Amino acid sequence: METAVAKTKTSLWSGGRSPFNVSYGKMMMWFFLMSDSFTFGAFLISYGSIRSSLNQWVDHNYVFNEFPFTNGANLPLAFVSLMTFILIFSSVTMVLAVHAGHKMDQKGVEKWLFLTILGGLAFLGSQAYEWTDLITSQHEVLVNGMIQHWGTTVSHNPWGPDVMFHGQQIATPGPVAFGGYFFGITGFHGFHVFTGVIINTIMLIKTRRGDFSKRGHYEMIEKAGLYWHFVDLVWVFVFLCFYLI
Amino acid sequence: MPSEVTIPLPKTEADVLHIKRIWKAFWVLLVLTILELSLGLLIYNIDLGADPNEHLVLAIKGAICIFTLAKAFYIISIFMHLGDEIRNMVMIIALPMTLFIWFITAFISDGASYRNLRNTDGGSRTYKEQKEQYHHPLVYPAEKSEKRLN
Repeated sequence: METAVAKTKTSLWSGGRSPFNVSYGKMMMWFFLMSDSFTFGAFLISYGSIRSSLNQWVDHNYVFNEFPFTNGANLPLAFVSLMTFILIFSSVTMVLAVHAGHKMDQKGVEKWLFLTILGGLAFLGSQAYEWTDLITSQHEVLVNGMIQHWGTTVSHNPWGPDVMFHGQQIATPGPVAFGGYFFGITGFHGFHVFTGVIINTIMLIKTRRGDFSKRGHYEMIEKAGLYWHFVDLVWVFVFLCFYLI
Repeated sequence: MPSEVTIPLPKTEADVLHIKRIWKAFWVLLVLTILELSLGLLIYNIDLGADPNEHLVLAIKGAICIFTLAKAFYIISIFMHLGDEIRNMVMIIALPMTLFIWFITAFISDGASYRNLRNTDGGSRTYKEQKEQYHHPLVYPAEKSEKRLN
């Protein structure tokens, strides 16, 4: 038994094959994703570090309570959960596209890739709505003894703690860092989704042209799939850091 | 140029199992997300109360973090197929990720230390934490809709 194990180990590293049992392209995609996860990790941890260095932050259930076509009803978490479900679902369609690729099923790859692209576009649209709403809706805030109306931007945060002003409870400016971190990190993630949609569109075109059938394998779909799942993975953590805790 | 559509390989028993596993992972992710959301709404409702229990809120947030890690595990191991790779491959991705343990611990405690130093002027005075009251939309229902720019 022991000798058998030793033998496999030598043959794994004695050349002629990948010791990791994956192709060069997939391995490099994994390495890229690893470096990307450290980029996102650095952003999110920097956010956590600043947030824990301040006595107050914002109440996310109050900041993110908007849902389209509800006329400003108070629905905390609702819209962002919709975005999360969209992204999880597009992840499933992507993994089904990869599976269809394994089976050399061109029609299947086309169908599932198309649905994945639709999911990505739906997510981007939702994010555009969310950003527009945050930036353009105005909130009362007490600045230097005067009531002003602020939107949420990288330089303005109207979500600070309340004070009493002429018998009225009114918000004060919150930490400026909130807007920068929120728009910076969700924007960087949104940019990844956008890139993913473009990559998937190129893959769809190449599949339709029959490039992969001619090549004899659909490994490109697998690599695009890895990237797409990574985007979903990052969203899981962005969702945690900005909307849940 | 019309492309020639190759005939797909026949569907085997392994494929049926694989597809089943994908959908199972999807349902697990969905249930975990719904759990996270209900805990998030629970925090929201606790915060609405007059004197929210901060330790309870912190414990719920910890539970949400654990659910998130479980979701990450499912996405990586099943959707990204890392669970199907050989041990060498799993380790070369998983081991560098353990750096995050140091990364998170160091930087969050750094932030907390900075907060403490600032609040106490480097330890020269005591700091009494104040309870902040945030505007809650339930109390002011008209607040949001009135102040639209357009």
